[in-house]
Amino acid sequence: MSSVGESSRRKEGPEKLTGVAKYVDDYHLPNCLQGVTLRSSIARGVIKEIRFDPSYDWDSVVVATAKDIPGENYVYLIEVDQPLLVDREVHHAEEPILVLGHKDRAKAYEALSHIEVEYEPWDPVLTMEEALVGKRILYGDDNVFKRFEISKGDVEQGFKDADVIVSKEYRVPHQEQAYLENNGMAAWEEDDGTLVLMGSIQCPFYVHKAMLPLFAREPEKVRVIQATTGGGFGGKEEYPNMIAGHAALLALKAKRPVKMIYDRHEDMRATTKRHPARVRHRTGVTKDGALVAQDIDVLMDGGAYVTLSPVVLSRGILHASGPYECPNVRIVGRVIATNTPPNGAFRGFGAPQTLFAAELQMEAIASRLKMDPVSLRQTNLFRIGSITATGQTLRESVGAENVLDRVLSRSKFRQKKSQHARWNGSKTKPTWRGIGLATVFHGDGFTGSGEVFLRSRAGIELVHDGTLRIDAASTEIGQGTTSILAQIVADALDVPYDWIDVETPDTSKVPNSGPTVASRTCMVVGGLLHKAAKKLKKALVQAGANWPLTREALATSAARACGKKRSIDFVEQYRKPGDVTWDEETYRGDAYGVYSYAAMVVDLEIDKTTYEVTVRDVITAQDVGKAINPLLVEGQIIGGTAQALGYALLENTVVDDRGVMQNAQLTNYIIPTALDMPTMDVTIVEEPYSKGPFGAKGVGELPMDIPAPAVAAAIYDATGLFMAELPILPERLCQALHDSAQS
Amino acid sequence: MSLEKEIHFRVNGNLTSVEVPVTMNALAMIRDRLKLTGTKRGCEEGECGSCTILVDGVSVNACLMFAVDCDGRDLTTIEGIRTAEGLSPLQKLFVEEWAVQCGFCTPGMVMQGTYLLSQNREMSVEDIKRGIEGNLCRCTGYKKVIAAIAGALHATPRRGEEKEDS
Repeated sequence: MSSVGESSRRKEGPEKLTGVAKYVDDYHLPNCLQGVTLRSSIARGVIKEIRFDPSYDWDSVVVATAKDIPGENYVYLIEVDQPLLVDREVHHAEEPILVLGHKDRAKAYEALSHIEVEYEPWDPVLTMEEALVGKRILYGDDNVFKRFEISKGDVEQGFKDADVIVSKEYRVPHQEQAYLENNGMAAWEEDDGTLVLMGSIQCPFYVHKAMLPLFAREPEKVRVIQATTGGGFGGKEEYPNMIAGHAALLALKAKRPVKMIYDRHEDMRATTKRHPARVRHRTGVTKDGALVAQDIDVLMDGGAYVTLSPVVLSRGILHASGPYECPNVRIVGRVIATNTPPNGAFRGFGAPQTLFAAELQMEAIASRLKMDPVSLRQTNLFRIGSITATGQTLRESVGAENVLDRVLSRSKFRQKKSQHARWNGSKTKPTWRGIGLATVFHGDGFTGSGEVFLRSRAGIELVHDGTLRIDAASTEIGQGTTSILAQIVADALDVPYDWIDVETPDTSKVPNSGPTVASRTCMVVGGLLHKAAKKLKKALVQAGANWPLTREALATSAARACGKKRSIDFVEQYRKPGDVTWDEETYRGDAYGVYSYAAMVVDLEIDKTTYEVTVRDVITAQDVGKAINPLLVEGQIIGGTAQALGYALLENTVVDDRGVMQNAQLTNYIIPTALDMPTMDVTIVEEPYSKGPFGAKGVGELPMDIPAPAVAAAIYDATGLFMAELPILPERLCQALHDSAQS
Repeated sequence: MSLEKEIHFRVNGNLTSVEVPVTMNALAMIRDRLKLTGTKRGCEEGECGSCTILVDGVSVNACLMFAVDCDGRDLTTIEGIRTAEGLSPLQKLFVEEWAVQCGFCTPGMVMQGTYLLSQNREMSVEDIKRGIEGNLCRCTGYKKVIAAIAGALHATPRRGEEKEDS
């Protein structure tokens, strides 16, 4: 009775198809107020006075400010620097100052327009470069939120041994998550004094933890429930702590339920985005293409508050040297404070930024050496026994060479490349054609000791009537959590998939399985459930169950196993595998338990008149350990590729003179449509990981890491233009062509 | 002061009357007045297609239509797509093809797919792509949505063919 490896039906599919699935704004809450937010119009300064229009009727409006916060005015995360509402000092434009509620949403917005804020504006710091000059200090004594350094071997000696040294600078912009459902949260207080939050979230226990200091409550007096969630991509990892605080504050003051549902403009202007970054590479290679020194400097713009920036930076630098072995490596990463809306989690979490640079650097090196970029990669690619920049020895499940071989043969890479060269040789053709390649890796699960600190728990409840229910805080945000967890449990128990129920992530019902981030759900939480299922099966055997198990026999043995109890829980807690070591101080050791690998070939065409880039074919192979559900894995790969093609070619965040997104609407922040998608050839490679359930690793973020450098490589192949900054818009190609003609 | 108007129309086959402000859009009326929350609010400027409904059989972004313009019309929302036997053939294919991820664009996609299938039973993949271009999806990369709609071309009898088949 095998479920793993099969593309079983999506658990919540029918509800989503019929409009029955309830997202937070679909709940009817009696006597509910609609909450809206007054936000700062300036980037930096001090609030002198807030004036409420005396001629406006404020009777039907409830207003809450920082003074109404019963506990501490901060949004709990890595640090406690970010206030829920500005009390005095403004650190970025669009920073929340107060919240108000009215039973009619339009009236609530109207009330906002009758509030005037008088500021004493200060000169803001809007760019990383400006922040580094240090004229105005926003954080610490140098505007650096966090600095990390990775060091391996002797970089200076490595450069002395090099035949060629290649130096380049790369830049990547903000990227908006653009989940189709905007951020939204509902809050109310139950008669027994429990504060309930229900919303569009990835991490129920993050929200739970953040509410405690704000409202000075005991953990059992806060309950957080995930509503059906319309996409997250990291954008609903930490930001919901903020909107939950706002909704709860208003609900407690108004003594009524409150819904806060952002519109698209507010969501895009005010909530977190992918960190922009500047990455500098200096690479030493021998003339036959062996890497001998990598010196990499990573700079990320954190925005006004720390949020998750240190961990984004950490993952960024841990991927900055690419999936290649080099004896001498130095990577320095800094994330910087500026007076711009804080950046945060977005699928890939720092890795897409640094891998874009790392992979395009390989193209630059190949070009300098006049070497085939494939051979250059093959010379240096990770294999079993390779030692990473942090000194980690890769002992198993290294699919790097395998994925590269697959895409080379499936794409007919070399043959296409020479065909394109012939095409481009003809002056009369209306387009340039190019083919490009990239190979990447992605660390699965939390970085370093992260999983150890999380101490995640997940379990299965066996009810006396034979009901089997998964209790985990891992959220379904479209990626298929409920389905794959049920598949893993079904297979471990050797029962049909349909017999497995999955509890709604609700902090009053499920244990803390950690956040739904970092490509960890299948591998880590799935792994815990796999163990729990084995124990449950043992208990059923002891209670007399035989396989193949019938539903009746399950009910009988469940009743026997439960005895007088209604149900029994089989809960597992994460334990660090004995052979994994990590030193947080020196950044040495096993940065991740295991890595997933991907290779991609992009075949594209550029219009010689409009410079529009049409991606024709994408051929990719991705090593995920084991595809628990192959169609779901494909869904992650194709969907992630779409997002990353947007990152590479379309998605251009224009920032105004206050550091705020100017094109904060789907009309002119362009994400890919069906017409922008190339044909896709997806190969799933399975290099099993001994500690993952059925060998599974992660796949959620991996596809986001790879398309951008492959696109830039293909554009380089087509035109000879080395586009080191994203997005590669037609106007930038036009400018680059103009510049290259001048020089 | 906003002017209100009483309007009468059919929604999912049922005759309905509501009084709405003349400034209200059809999306707000459908979600907030009729409590048909399957139609989603994604951008409110006609860009994302999450609020796609059928008006007299034609697909429309409900956020771009005034509620008062529904007077005398026949509206179909996602709640009206399900057949007596359960999911429509297109909906079943969305499940089978894993064309659903977060599900927020899905009602709009199903409505647009239903509309396209009602218009042209000879669609090519290019036609389908062009047909759903106004429906944004951030999860799937569209491939499986296209496959579901293409599959439905063959899964259901063409209009007028039902009789021949039976």
